[in-house]
Amino acid sequence: MAETSDSGAFVAFERVQKSYDGETLVVKDLNLTMPQGEFLTMLGPSGSGKTTCLMMLAGFETATYGEIKLDGMPINNIPPHKRGIGMVFQNYALFPHMTVAENLSFPLEVRKMGKSVREEKIKRALDMVQMGSFAGRRPSQLSGGQQQRIALARALVFEPELVLMDEPLGALDKQLREHMQFEITRLAHELGITTVYVTHDQTEALTMSDRVAVFNDGRIQQLAPPDRLYEEPENSFVAQFIGENNTLEGTIKSISGNTCEVQLDDGEVIVARPVNVTEVGQKTRVSIRPERVEMDKSRLQEGAHTLKAEVLEFVYMGDIFRTRLRVAGNTEFVMKTRNAPDQVRLKKGQQIEIGWLPDDCRALDA
Amino acid sequence: MSDTTQNGPMLAADGTPLKRSLARALRRQKMRALMLISPLLIFVLVTFIAPIADMLFRSVENQMVSETLPTTTQVLGEWDHSAGEPPAEPVYEALYYDLFIAAEAKEHTKLGTRLNYEYTGVSSLFRSTGRGLDDLGDDYLDELEEVDDRWGEGAFWYDLMTGTGSTDEDLVAAHAKRLEQLTGDKLSGDVGFAPSTEIAALLPKTTAAYADFAVYTALVDGDVVAEEDPWESVYVGLMTDLQTADVASYSGPEAEALQTAAEAAQGIEYIPLKTFFAEEDEDWLNVDIWATVQTYSSKYTSGYFLNAVDLQLTPDGIEARPENQQIYIMLFKRTMFMSLAITFSCIALGYPVAWLLANLPASKANLLMILVLLPFWTSLLVRTSAWKVMLQQQGVINDVLVWLGLVDDAARLVMINNQFGTIVAMTHILLPFMILPLYSVMQGIPPSYLRAAKSLGATNWTAFWRVYFPQSVPGIGAGSILVFILAIGYYITPEIVGGTTGTFISNRIAYHISSSLNWGLGAALGAILLAVVLLLYWAYDKIVGIDNVKLG
Repeated sequence: MAETSDSGAFVAFERVQKSYDGETLVVKDLNLTMPQGEFLTMLGPSGSGKTTCLMMLAGFETATYGEIKLDGMPINNIPPHKRGIGMVFQNYALFPHMTVAENLSFPLEVRKMGKSVREEKIKRALDMVQMGSFAGRRPSQLSGGQQQRIALARALVFEPELVLMDEPLGALDKQLREHMQFEITRLAHELGITTVYVTHDQTEALTMSDRVAVFNDGRIQQLAPPDRLYEEPENSFVAQFIGENNTLEGTIKSISGNTCEVQLDDGEVIVARPVNVTEVGQKTRVSIRPERVEMDKSRLQEGAHTLKAEVLEFVYMGDIFRTRLRVAGNTEFVMKTRNAPDQVRLKKGQQIEIGWLPDDCRALDA
Repeated sequence: MSDTTQNGPMLAADGTPLKRSLARALRRQKMRALMLISPLLIFVLVTFIAPIADMLFRSVENQMVSETLPTTTQVLGEWDHSAGEPPAEPVYEALYYDLFIAAEAKEHTKLGTRLNYEYTGVSSLFRSTGRGLDDLGDDYLDELEEVDDRWGEGAFWYDLMTGTGSTDEDLVAAHAKRLEQLTGDKLSGDVGFAPSTEIAALLPKTTAAYADFAVYTALVDGDVVAEEDPWESVYVGLMTDLQTADVASYSGPEAEALQTAAEAAQGIEYIPLKTFFAEEDEDWLNVDIWATVQTYSSKYTSGYFLNAVDLQLTPDGIEARPENQQIYIMLFKRTMFMSLAITFSCIALGYPVAWLLANLPASKANLLMILVLLPFWTSLLVRTSAWKVMLQQQGVINDVLVWLGLVDDAARLVMINNQFGTIVAMTHILLPFMILPLYSVMQGIPPSYLRAAKSLGATNWTAFWRVYFPQSVPGIGAGSILVFILAIGYYITPEIVGGTTGTFISNRIAYHISSSLNWGLGAALGAILLAVVLLLYWAYDKIVGIDNVKLG
């Protein structure tokens, strides 16, 4: 989990702690490094410390302990305006008394750039977010999506090497949000900017990032690329937080290398892949993704263990079928099957047998 | 289905034009809304708008001169003051009868006071002359009674004036109306007298004087005309008439007595009224006084407004007042300057406090808010008097400075009863009116703006000046308008701590309303003050825009 300090890293948090009241730690021993050009997302429920981390990086909060380095330089004592970090705020924070062009001109003016340079840069930034014809408008005359683009352009116009985004898409509707996700990722990669993105929306995190840091309780629970995060969660918090997940509770019966046997609470024994369980007799939560649950025995390994299941609910969702099952006493067990021509449509009350590949079944901490 | 018909306006479902249909639907709502505010509206109209309108009207009203001296002002109209000669006999004659009835009704001193605003000394002139008016008639009566005792009797006079044949009711009605104007009361009732047309033609001045007497006796005193002895002015009228009238051919009641009196009158020394007035007080020959009466004989005047801006209306047109009487322009300027100074010191002191209030955590902000509001819970007089204690020469601040050795005991600072004291005390009193609107505006500015500005590379100062301050301007505007308008009309504090150099125009208005009783001038000053405030408000709207003002 905790990655070691890397002197070549562009952004580095080293043993950073933060407390507001001197009694509880909001951020506990944070270690994180980012190479240049990476798009990193801090994901977590509210109160997990992700925004605090972002604010410490931006300079609006000071770390209680530890060091934050930018391009190898400690920045703890550098005031925010000297850090040269672009930032997009949750409510955009476009200055209401200035036009769009004046908003974009602001960071250039405080950097004492000449008028012609400023105009050139503003035009380029506005064109970049396809808002070239809105320079004379006031922020209040723009829609939410347009304001979002202007906020992005303003954070990029002075060509910072690091851009921070604090839940920038939170106020947009779903369609616009998906479109902007794509836009932001495209811009970040085209311009080669290092980006730290804070969100509590896991879809956003998975679709946009190079790497995702899952925060909970002031710690990074897992730092990994989206696919590994989804498929190989390292603990039950990450498994639960990312995507839909089935859990079965049980006890470790035996461990041997890459496999272990888990005795479920109703007595059944299944084979799973031990992730962060070490001892026999330890309580465990077995995690299986709904789309990895199989009811077609021909797709399972020879002699694979199967469990009896009763169909409680069958929902037609268009591209998939979502079936809620009773499995080993758990009534919230979900199976997702693809809507294919030969797929069976189950009936409520039907008894079936389900199974999965041992690799998809991960025994995590309880 | 199309929403619009091809020609003409849109129609509602029942075929009436949509606009009318909508207006009808909204009317009920509007009426209901109007009924909700009507108690307040009536209250404001009756207790606020109407008194103010009435008061402001007094700044141009000038009916007193023409109502008290109606005949005089009429006759005086033809007189030309520039010749340097006092008016001729007819004017003095008219003045005598006008003044006589005014003195009976005790209105002549009010006129004296009114004209005294314009020409000093007129007040005592009117008062003293008013007391001497009877003497002339008494002298004539004594002479007449030597001829015939009955000249002093009311019944005799009543018979003589009523005469025979047709009577002139209109003359009495005209005099009654005139009396109404003079006293300002509605008079009703029967006079019980009308002169015969014959007598009215023969003895016009006597008849007029007797009609005044009759109307006053019947309508104001409520007595029977025939039972009362006539006024002295009637004898003056009779003597004047007898100088020219030919009574020999008159055959009505008491014709004999009249003819005897006419003969006797040859032997009585007739004193022209001009001479009489000149003897009473030689000021009556003063051309300037007559010119003043002539200038102010119109019903409406710009005189009060001219006075309010250190000008005066003279018979020769508008002139500047003598330099030692110029005070109002200076007072207006001082009021403006001090109100501005108070407004700016309120901004300077209130802005940081409001900023703290808006940015502190709630618990501390509440405590601070209580401190800000504390002055509101203390009587205005107490606060002002407290400043008197603090700032006076033997006061707390001076004592401390002397004790510290910063100020010599002999040279204690003068901080009260001057402009400085007024500005200090009023800034303290008006400060909450600046802080509260500022605070409510600042509360609406999210801290993320400042953060955004800093993240974009602005220093703390730039972020404040370019991003935070422009957004707090509506609060400054609202606070400034409140403080300035309150300050410009403030009365109590400048009165108590202002001394002579720190008083405002409002103190002068109060003086004219309650001490000098020159309500017209007070009203004119008030109207100008109101106009100045409206003008400034208009200018503010043009420059800053009134929709940029936020009170909350």
